[in-house]
Amino acid sequence: MNKILLIIQREFSSRVRKKSFLVMTIIGPILFAGLMIAPILLASLPEGPKKIWVLDEAYILDHDKGSSNYTLNYFPPDELDLDAAKTVFEESEYDAFLYIPLSETGALDYIQRNTLLYGKKNVSLNMEGYISKLMEGKIANKLLLDLGVNPEVVAQVKPNVSLKKFSLGEGENAQESNTEIKMITGYTAGFFIYFFIFLYSAQVMRGVIEEKSNRIIEVIISSVRPFQLMMGKIIGIGSVGILQFIIWVVLSLGLFQGASHFLLKDQMDTATMVEAKTGGVAEVPEIAQFQERLESLNFPLILSTFLVFFLGGFFLYGSLFAAVGSAVDNETDTQQFMLPVTIPLILAIVMATNVIENPDGPIAFWFSMIPLTSPIIMMIRIPFGVAPWELALSIGLLIGGFIFTTWLAGKIYRTGILMYGKKVSYKELYKWLKYKG
Amino acid sequence: MQKPTIEASNVSKAYQGHTALDGLSIQIPKGSIYGLLGPNGAGKTTFIRLLNQITAPDSGHILFDGEPLKPSDVQRIGYLPEERGLYKKMKVGEQAMYLARLKGLSDSQAREKLKYWFEKFEIGPWWNKKIEELSKGMAQKIQFITTVLHDPELLIFDEPFSGFDPINTNLIKAEIQELRKNGATVIFSTHRMESVEEICDHIALINQSKKVLEGSVEKIRNDYRSHRYVISGIPATDALEFPPNIVKESAKTMKGHVSLTVKVNEEVSTNQLIQTLLPQMEIHDFKEVIPSVNDIFIQRVQGKSQE
Repeated sequence: MNKILLIIQREFSSRVRKKSFLVMTIIGPILFAGLMIAPILLASLPEGPKKIWVLDEAYILDHDKGSSNYTLNYFPPDELDLDAAKTVFEESEYDAFLYIPLSETGALDYIQRNTLLYGKKNVSLNMEGYISKLMEGKIANKLLLDLGVNPEVVAQVKPNVSLKKFSLGEGENAQESNTEIKMITGYTAGFFIYFFIFLYSAQVMRGVIEEKSNRIIEVIISSVRPFQLMMGKIIGIGSVGILQFIIWVVLSLGLFQGASHFLLKDQMDTATMVEAKTGGVAEVPEIAQFQERLESLNFPLILSTFLVFFLGGFFLYGSLFAAVGSAVDNETDTQQFMLPVTIPLILAIVMATNVIENPDGPIAFWFSMIPLTSPIIMMIRIPFGVAPWELALSIGLLIGGFIFTTWLAGKIYRTGILMYGKKVSYKELYKWLKYKG
Repeated sequence: MQKPTIEASNVSKAYQGHTALDGLSIQIPKGSIYGLLGPNGAGKTTFIRLLNQITAPDSGHILFDGEPLKPSDVQRIGYLPEERGLYKKMKVGEQAMYLARLKGLSDSQAREKLKYWFEKFEIGPWWNKKIEELSKGMAQKIQFITTVLHDPELLIFDEPFSGFDPINTNLIKAEIQELRKNGATVIFSTHRMESVEEICDHIALINQSKKVLEGSVEKIRNDYRSHRYVISGIPATDALEFPPNIVKESAKTMKGHVSLTVKVNEEVSTNQLIQTLLPQMEIHDFKEVIPSVNDIFIQRVQGKSQE
């Protein structure tokens, strides 16, 4: 036991002291925090309002000035026709030109079908959405007015619905549901565990090959059992992974908190200013909303299950990668054995989209039970909520899975590490399984 | 009589498709330098791996100091494998400490022993260098130190002098003699038999997974005497005359100087031969042709295949 500790210690400290570890550990969280903050930052960047020329022959828009993002300017319809207006638009610095024709009968559905929107560049989805929403509202108002509804009533009919989504939990409490956030979190967690398992399992493999090609392996296994060496290596490298993960989480959260606090303060200031100016209620800043929604996730559960599934998945794949490393002389020979080992991992990532769309479906369920794919698929499902028995069963199967693979890998490993200069086939590997200690 | 350090009886080990060892029995006396000789693929390395418990025998058993081999015995064995190396990126001192601690030494013991050996080999300044910065010869010294550091009772060297430069070879031969003087038993395994002949006092010849020959070097040489002598000198007579139990095989004369090879019958002693020669010539050089272990081996193996 003492010897395993020595091996773990060496594997751990020789890696933690590497420059690459330090660089990855510091740059990683900056990158992640950047990835999290950048979209918010971009969204909150003030964009100059788009200027749109309007030729409103039907007078449907009622000289609406537009919004803060879109300024509408009107041609006098009795002075210009479509072609003339277009020429003016092309020579102007305006971004788009909206043409609303008048039907001869005055039918509103003619407008709906024949309105034209020209853009200098491509018309953005946002602009299209804004214009059609604006027109829909105006047309609806006009219809109501035509029906003889009191204009005061019509002015008040401005439905603005934003849905609050809930999912019924097991108990009485309904939890506010934030599907997008859950999807993002699930996908991120799944991808991360994939990345971590791959990264650190490959390190195990490289470590085994290093010992083999350095020819130090026989010196060491004359002091310790091959299985001790393999386990010591796997545990040592796994500890590096956990350390890195913890540092990343702490640093990322710190950076995110710091940055969002800074941004939030900025936005709050403008919000109060707007409020003071208009006397109306300003919108809740986006970033605060985002933060609120993030906090609705069960982070302690996600982080702790991440550790459990990382460890399980890493032991499982790490031992298989160790076996692959032991069977070859150098890294270029690993290809033929790598493929079957990595296929389940890649399959899991491919399944991710399906699982995110239907986190409680049969595919999600079964792939989160099979130990080879469960670490990734389970991490995707957890933000959506997973029944405790499913979680327990999945973890149990994963533990069983890695006990089996380490046993299997141990048998291949102890023979493989002493084999030099021989191209190994699968048939050979099978024979090694049957050798006596 | 003292218990032998290693007593292997009827040990067999087969890998899929071929037999590595077939009923091998060997006794390695305490305090001896034991040569395990044989061509490549004879089964020497397999036997050594059994001693180191890297693999287990299919049948037969091995006693270490009269007791069956047990896992903790690895701490009493120092092993320099044929395939040997060190972690390239690790510092010399750290690496030596690590290997010593894996052999069961405590931190302070390991440090103390290393200090002794580093001073002895005058390599103290290397402590903080990385292995990749060292020359091959330097790395070999480190390997030797890590093999003997924990004062093992049994030292095993597999092809020890392949890749060692002559200076290191001599240094290590001297160290091994000293270790033996301090009570260690040493096993040399090699296919280059001439390289260990001079330092081994016992040998075993292994060929095709079986033991061919075992015993003290002296006794084996005696058993395989060729009864041939090479003599040179100035003859006193024109023609040398020998009794029938001494046969002249060849003779060359140059400027009155003759060199000849004679073969004598088994009952003729060296002194008798000299007595026969003395009246007939002035002897300048007189030498019995002693078969090398290599010759004996070839003789045995070929003799076998002729049977």
